[in-house]
Amino acid sequence: MKQKIDKQLVRHIAELAQIPITAKEEESLANDFAATLKVVDQLQKVDAKGVKLTYQVTGLKNITREDEVNKKNMFTQKQALINASHTYDGFFVVKRVIDAK
Amino acid sequence: MLNKLTLKQAIDKLDNKKITLEDIWADVLSAIKNQNDKLNVYLAINKNFKSQPNKPLKGLPIAVKDNFCTKGTITTASSLLLKDFVPQFESTVTQKLKDAGGEIVGKTNMDAWAHGSSTETSQYGKTLNPRNTQHLPGGSSGGSAAAVAADMCIASLGSETAGSIRQPAAWCGVVGLKPTYGRTSRYGIVAMASSTDSPGPITKTVEDAAILLNHIAGHDPLNATSSSEKTPNFTESLDKPIENLKIGIIYHNLEGLENVWKLFAPQLKIFTKLGASVKYAQAMDPKHAISVYTVVQRSEVSSNLARFDDVRYQHGRDTFGNEAKKRIMLGTHTLSKVFNTHPYSLAQKVRTLLIKDYEKLFKKYDVLISLTSPGFAKKVGATEGSAMFGELEDMLMEVSSLSGMPGISIPCYRDEKTNLYLGMNIMAPMWREDLVIQVADAFEKNTDWNSWRKND
Repeated sequence: MKQKIDKQLVRHIAELAQIPITAKEEESLANDFAATLKVVDQLQKVDAKGVKLTYQVTGLKNITREDEVNKKNMFTQKQALINASHTYDGFFVVKRVIDAK
Repeated sequence: MLNKLTLKQAIDKLDNKKITLEDIWADVLSAIKNQNDKLNVYLAINKNFKSQPNKPLKGLPIAVKDNFCTKGTITTASSLLLKDFVPQFESTVTQKLKDAGGEIVGKTNMDAWAHGSSTETSQYGKTLNPRNTQHLPGGSSGGSAAAVAADMCIASLGSETAGSIRQPAAWCGVVGLKPTYGRTSRYGIVAMASSTDSPGPITKTVEDAAILLNHIAGHDPLNATSSSEKTPNFTESLDKPIENLKIGIIYHNLEGLENVWKLFAPQLKIFTKLGASVKYAQAMDPKHAISVYTVVQRSEVSSNLARFDDVRYQHGRDTFGNEAKKRIMLGTHTLSKVFNTHPYSLAQKVRTLLIKDYEKLFKKYDVLISLTSPGFAKKVGATEGSAMFGELEDMLMEVSSLSGMPGISIPCYRDEKTNLYLGMNIMAPMWREDLVIQVADAFEKNTDWNSWRKND
């Protein structure tokens, strides 16, 4: 899984993750990533051919519930909006994302 | 000095009407007042309580890590993004605590978003180790462990993803119990890595941990990964002989552990004396666990923390600290399609191998024991420039976390010069908290390392 970590890649990842970073951070993050991925690379040395993946450990399967409204576990509109930075007329106000750039 | 009581002592003395709840709270609040400015244990303090004589926890003051959502009380996870976040619902575990008569005395400092093993990543300043203030308390549940060590509460709650209960417990010389994954509900806890997050007790004694676990465990319909496995009465595992138990000692021949192992190994003799069989066993190299954990945790973090922005939480993603930025971005990277061999899939395969390795060992041994952390509490400032600080400090616990298996850390050595402790990590198969409690309780009661038992 070798891949060169440079500032350009860090900038790209930051964009994907929507994390604003400064030019100075690009460099230190690139160094940290390289150090961390070196540790991750050790996995290549393990023979894991044909081994099943573990996504969860309890063995639980398809946990469902009745499709009913649980009124005890429901927010009022006011509660749902209480931590929002901008609201209007009972709605969240969000920044424009289409054609944002 | 009633703040120094263990949970069990406090309950008994209240039952016998030897003391009043008001007196306990007064002493706990005064311990907080005297020490919190220096130690930075609590981010929020609550002085209101109700006496609840008919409930098992009586209204006693319990400290809670600040990643448990508490309805109407700011919950920050020690992050600036959640600086003003007022949850409109209660986490299942704190609800259960309240239902049992526990009162939250305060929300404790932690590594921001639980990312770390030191509390140095908290965006509200680090916590200092009450045993020696030049040293760190560990983390991420460092505030909860410090609150217990400094008797600024009667007991506390923390959460562990890989070491975050046990490592701070070890560094602060207290008891930390990580339950089996799914034993305690994750509902309402600010998520870190959803496939391993496990809330659990951090307490003065093993007995206290068993009591608290009894009250917070159980299936929760609001958390699909919580198990309907029956909750036994964990206090029944106390005061039980351990003769005929088979104990496997692992991670004894790791490079770099030689010096602490010299202090740790003699402590194991008590088990033989108590009639258990003690043998050295060989587990897979923990360096693989570090690699697996790093990939799995970063990946899950990037997904879990994607939901946080200023639309719903007032403060934006520019407020993430350095550690959170690193973890989110690295996870974004490990989940992306640029690799030939996908690191996430490969990590989940090696995770399977690590689990199988432990399962094999558990065919031969009832419990596995190792050091909790590779050494004593590190000095303040130790995390600087160390990209993998947490992973290295937690490597001896990572397999039990990745596999979901329960474990406990108990004090097993104290350095007289520094007043710092070593922790013993006792692990058992899935759903066998009873075994870790049984063995830990036997050790605690037959040695002098627990500072509350010593003062009995």
